Amino acid sequence: MTVALETRNLVKRFGGLVATDDVSIAFQKGVRYALIGPNGAGKTTLINLLTGVLRPTGGAVILEGADITGMAPHRRVQNGLARTFQINQLFPEMTPLQTVGLAVSERQGHGREWWRLAGGKREVIDEAAAILERFGLTDVMGAETKVLPYGKQRLLEIAVAIACRPRVLLLDEPAAGVPEEERHEILDIVGGLPDDVTILLIEHDMDLVFSFAQRIAVLVNGGLFMEGAAKDIAADPRVREVYLGEGGHG
Amino acid sequence: MQGSALLLRMRGLQRLNEVSTSKIPKEPASRMVTILFDGIAYGMLLFILACGLSVTLGLMNFVNLAHGAFALAGGYITATLMNRAGFSFFLCLPIAFLFSALIGVALERTLYRHLYDRSHLDQVLFTIGIVFMTVSAVDYTMGSGQQMINIPTVLRGRIDLLGGSIGVYRLFIIVICGLLTLLLQLALVRTRFGSRLRAAVDDPRVARGLGVNVNLVFAVTFAIGSGLAGLGGALGAEVLGMDPTFPVKFMIYFLIVVTVGGASSITGAFFASLLLGIADVAGKYYVPKAGAFIIYAIMVLVLIWRPQGLFVKGATR
Amino acid sequence: MTDIAAAAAVPQISPAADARLMLAAAARWRWWEFAVWIAALAAIVVFPRNLLLLNEIAILALFALSLDLILGFAGIVSLGHAAFFGVGAYAAGLLGKFGYGDPFLGLAAAAAVAAVLGFATSFLLLRGSDLTRLMVTLGIALMLLELANREAWLTGGADGLQGVTIGPVLGLFDFDLSGRTAYLYSLGVLFVLFLLARRIIHSPFGLSLRAVKQNPLRARAIGISVAVRLVAIYTLSAAFAGVAGALSAQTTQYVSLEVFDFIRSADVMLVLVLGGVGYLYGGIFGALIFKLMQDYLSAITPQYWQFWIGLVLVILVLAGRERIGAQLTRLFAPLLRWRRA
Repeated sequence: MTVALETRNLVKRFGGLVATDDVSIAFQKGVRYALIGPNGAGKTTLINLLTGVLRPTGGAVILEGADITGMAPHRRVQNGLARTFQINQLFPEMTPLQTVGLAVSERQGHGREWWRLAGGKREVIDEAAAILERFGLTDVMGAETKVLPYGKQRLLEIAVAIACRPRVLLLDEPAAGVPEEERHEILDIVGGLPDDVTILLIEHDMDLVFSFAQRIAVLVNGGLFMEGAAKDIAADPRVREVYLGEGGHG
Repeated sequence: MQGSALLLRMRGLQRLNEVSTSKIPKEPASRMVTILFDGIAYGMLLFILACGLSVTLGLMNFVNLAHGAFALAGGYITATLMNRAGFSFFLCLPIAFLFSALIGVALERTLYRHLYDRSHLDQVLFTIGIVFMTVSAVDYTMGSGQQMINIPTVLRGRIDLLGGSIGVYRLFIIVICGLLTLLLQLALVRTRFGSRLRAAVDDPRVARGLGVNVNLVFAVTFAIGSGLAGLGGALGAEVLGMDPTFPVKFMIYFLIVVTVGGASSITGAFFASLLLGIADVAGKYYVPKAGAFIIYAIMVLVLIWRPQGLFVKGATR
Repeated sequence: MTDIAAAAAVPQISPAADARLMLAAAARWRWWEFAVWIAALAAIVVFPRNLLLLNEIAILALFALSLDLILGFAGIVSLGHAAFFGVGAYAAGLLGKFGYGDPFLGLAAAAAVAAVLGFATSFLLLRGSDLTRLMVTLGIALMLLELANREAWLTGGADGLQGVTIGPVLGLFDFDLSGRTAYLYSLGVLFVLFLLARRIIHSPFGLSLRAVKQNPLRARAIGISVAVRLVAIYTLSAAFAGVAGALSAQTTQYVSLEVFDFIRSADVMLVLVLGGVGYLYGGIFGALIFKLMQDYLSAITPQYWQFWIGLVLVILVLAGRERIGAQLTRLFAPLLRWRRA
């Protein structure tokens, strides 16, 4: 198996606080991962380091064999690394059609074309429409995003990331704030992605984690505590102690 | 194209604050002392004029381009009382403070507080509107000329100090502004009001939860800031000149003090004021051709180098 | 359009075809847009005595349109947009003074000079908050004002640039005293640049600008280089403003230091806000309202009309610009067909 995304001795310090502590981990191509850990374990910091929102204090990030440690966030996206945000980051006054259409058009390299009307490229529209249909957003594709119900916005958040056609997709608590009965709908859609897409899911809901992930990485105090197959992690007494124990009794 | 005499004068930024520098001695060393001294006096004045803005803009994040209007009010009330009612200059100084403070608090309670949580664009538009109205209204009621303030004979003349020749009035400005600066610093750091202000600015919701009357704190802060500007206007009328376009002419200087000084404390604004004052006076003397160009260029460079201000620790993000 | 034909042939419209129609509708010309331009042209016949004022309106409209490109479509608040108007005016004015009086040559030179300045200074705006941007833009305009004042041998300093001679437009139409040629010339330039701006904001690039303005974090996360887009639109906006300055210099055959003025930067912002930010016509409507207001008010109180302008600003902000805009939009929505139902 080939490695899709890898960190080597990744360190991030904020002043005296060590948020990411010497994390070396390799994510295999096409495998579904979950990243778990107690609050404050540094999960979101790690995502921000991977996507380039933060610059690491030390260490390297490697995407498909190429060092991307110093690469700008938008360039990482162009190189196949997309993400969703824990809190929706959408364009409030654009429609889902425009949002997804824009993402598709950017990926196809039409972003700087100022002489052509948006919506003129058939391959952009067809793909955008297909994505919207897959996410059940077709009936609201012409409405401004800010007026959509939260569940639809959450779906759009993921749809935009998918429209970047990532080879590695980072999902930061995709089901956050979504009612229990709609949670699996979101993960079903994510699970239906092509097999060669590597997915890293950050999630607190252990049911979701175990129904989705093949492998699990556990972060504790900024460091990688353990990484292994989902069933091994679930069975490991030390993980139960530091992490699952808290939730298990609650 | 605009067809308005007032506008033509308002654009006179290139004639900005022709600081009436004291008679400069010929001998280089004493010349330097004099320039330094004038610069310090000018910088101190700028600080008193702008420190209110450093709180509203720097701490409360409210872009108030109309701050100079309070200085205008202070300068004009002083000139009017002295010239028409024969008030003493020394009595006028506290009156100028109170007058501007009153206007400030009235404006804050009725208008400004609605704008604290609005966009910067709205704040800019609103306060530009206030500037336009002030300039025109003052011009209409008081005429467009310079306001003359005859400083008392006690404060006239020059004395020799450290080999330089120093105007007594400038010494007076330095003493008064220096005392006020100390008082301000003490009030902010040592008093309960100071800690409440810092709490209110830090997080208004938490401060309210702790029983701080945030509205009152902001109103008092605004009043003091406006009052100090008024006092600065009264003190500075002789040095800086006082006509209806004062708020426009000095707007950029106040903004420089705040942005270059940084938002974290008034000490930053204090050092920025001194630096600006000395640089401006020295620049006008040594390189008159370059004029204010250098000041603006330095400001732009500082803002690019350290967007959070020059005197902020660990400003780089 | 074959797309429509294909969609109609299928019993139920597919989402893709529907999406295509929806996007195409956003860029379609509305009837009131035609009305605006026809009215602008008809003004020559209807108001033959006011052509100089109309010329000023057209120039101000172009200047405000240039500000709309950065404020309305990229969210950059500038207090120094006069910098570009000014360098454009001096570029065209100086060309005219030294014997290169062809109008279009002047426009091209002004656009080029302003674009270079815009490009160079755009990098200063990429980092930093609104406040830093305000100060940097203001500082640059003031530096140019100082520079123009000092270099009086070139610019004429406080006396203004005199002796500007501009040749006939297209070698055929001389600038006359009534302002007829001037207005037609300015209106023509405004129209062409407006078409360009309209095309751009409805392009994929324009859509990406709106995305950058609304949420730069997400814009980056779909692979958009925020910096490159901002530099591009700022440069374009500067070129537009430079052309507006050139039109002013050419049609008045005079340039004064006032072109760099803070008041000018403030006024153009007011004009745009009066007309409404972010839909391209704001500059045109705003210029019309502003100039008529100025004309009317300065007839009543020659020196103090600025007071009323200030009052309008204060009221506009207190009443809520966006709320007023939304109300108006709702009011006229059925009439103007803003959106496809």
